[in-house]
Amino acid sequence: MRGDKAAPAPIRLLSRPAPTPDEAEFWRAGAEGQLRIQRCDACRQWQHPPNPVCQHCLSRDLAFETVSGNGSVYTFTVNHQPWLPHLTEPYAVIVVELDEQPGLRFVSRIVDTSVDDVTIGMRVQVVFHPLGDGLFAPLFTAARRDA
Amino acid sequence: MTIRPEQQAVIRGFGSSQVGRRLPVSEMALTVDACLAALNDAGVSRDDIDGLATFPGGGFDTPGLAGPGADEVHAALGLRTNWKYGGPEGGQLGGFFSACLAVATGLARHVLVYRTVGEASAQGAAGRAGTLSASADTAVSGFRRWLAPFDAHSPANWIALFAQRHMHEFGTSREHLGAIAVNNRHNAGLNPDAVYRTPLTLEDYYAARMITTPFGMYDCDVPCDGSVAFVVSHVDTADDGPHCSIGIESIGWAMRHRPLWDQWTDMTEMAAWDAAAHLWERSDLTPADIDQVQLYDGFSFLPLVWLEALRFCGKGESGPFLASGKQIALDGPLPLNTGGGQLSAGRLHGCGLLYEACVQLADRGGDRQAGRPSTVAVGVGGGPTAGAALLVRR
Repeated sequence: MRGDKAAPAPIRLLSRPAPTPDEAEFWRAGAEGQLRIQRCDACRQWQHPPNPVCQHCLSRDLAFETVSGNGSVYTFTVNHQPWLPHLTEPYAVIVVELDEQPGLRFVSRIVDTSVDDVTIGMRVQVVFHPLGDGLFAPLFTAARRDA
Repeated sequence: MTIRPEQQAVIRGFGSSQVGRRLPVSEMALTVDACLAALNDAGVSRDDIDGLATFPGGGFDTPGLAGPGADEVHAALGLRTNWKYGGPEGGQLGGFFSACLAVATGLARHVLVYRTVGEASAQGAAGRAGTLSASADTAVSGFRRWLAPFDAHSPANWIALFAQRHMHEFGTSREHLGAIAVNNRHNAGLNPDAVYRTPLTLEDYYAARMITTPFGMYDCDVPCDGSVAFVVSHVDTADDGPHCSIGIESIGWAMRHRPLWDQWTDMTEMAAWDAAAHLWERSDLTPADIDQVQLYDGFSFLPLVWLEALRFCGKGESGPFLASGKQIALDGPLPLNTGGGQLSAGRLHGCGLLYEACVQLADRGGDRQAGRPSTVAVGVGGGPTAGAALLVRR
């Protein structure tokens, strides 16, 4: 019953990263609605966070490529603590694992989905939230049935 | 037998300031209390100290986290050093480990090691938000830039992500986490210096408000004000003090993964696994030889990780290992956090656990003394930070 679940908490993110030049594309690609992840041109491994060298093969030839934005929840926590005044609890922080490569993960947040529905293994898809200064946070919502 | 550098060092003395919530004294005053107590305990004079080490050192802008830096303490105590180190990236035991190496290599003979926190006073009545909100409107740099934009603001969130994965894979439960909280509070009740001493039941544990699943209030440690200090001396001077020195069998300082909060390959493990593996690689002892453990409990889940990493139980088996609470009780086969740990005695950020190991090996535990241990394993750190040590009775 939908009515029994916690309503999705509204997003009012205030914390904005100060990206290094190596990371700017990850944080800016949301302007075009794309999730772009760094990939090594030599060994073809994806890597995150971005760096000017491949952590696998030490190649310097890396580029950002657009990924599907589909993934699964590797793990999560439902936060209830009002750490900062702008937060609305409860909300779910996740580690998302992208479909493109096992272990290709980062911390993100669930939006537009009740925290009561969040489980490990849940299928999710990316949505973007503006952070100001042309930066966007890639957040995740429950995948549509066809995703 | 190969002689390891850490075996060239001993802990000749140790001391503590008062530890409490919002103490009406400065962080430097706490530091001086602990340092002078350690010197007195070691029977080493100020003029004999030729090295100084701390974690994380000066220059931190998180209020209360760091305590006074090494330069400030150097100046306050009028030291004349041949060697000095303060830094955050070797983990909470990095100052202690560095002191061992300085002594072993002859850079110093007697190193004063300290760790001070003033988090209770710094956070004030607003709690953790008091130190977070000041930076909420500025761009986040450092490792937090991968966490804060997703509203993962606290180490409670970051470590909960590991705990939830462990529960998912192995069936670990809140009852298992609660066993740590209840055990440590029981021990704190026997420790007159602990911050929280009133008894805690599993029912109290379940009834507490949720912080971030699976962590409730009693899964999180207690910010405090306090300082502990140690005199790390060359082994040649081990018998020159007023009492027996404490031996250092081995240290574990390895980091064999990318030290990033969200990039651990298997999030049922942590950096603790690397440090623990290193510890046993460097030791002639095995887990069966260890009499008690002092394991980092910034959150209740972390001792579970350390128990598995140090191989006191199999991977994923820490929950059942703890279920009855009897294994880790003061009168059990492997007493854990005999002084109450950070959950109940206060967050001295790992160094309080090193201090308690010394207390136990010196038979000074009073009502909380757990037998007459010969070997104590200390595991410190959570997430991408870890260091481990085996201390032994000489």
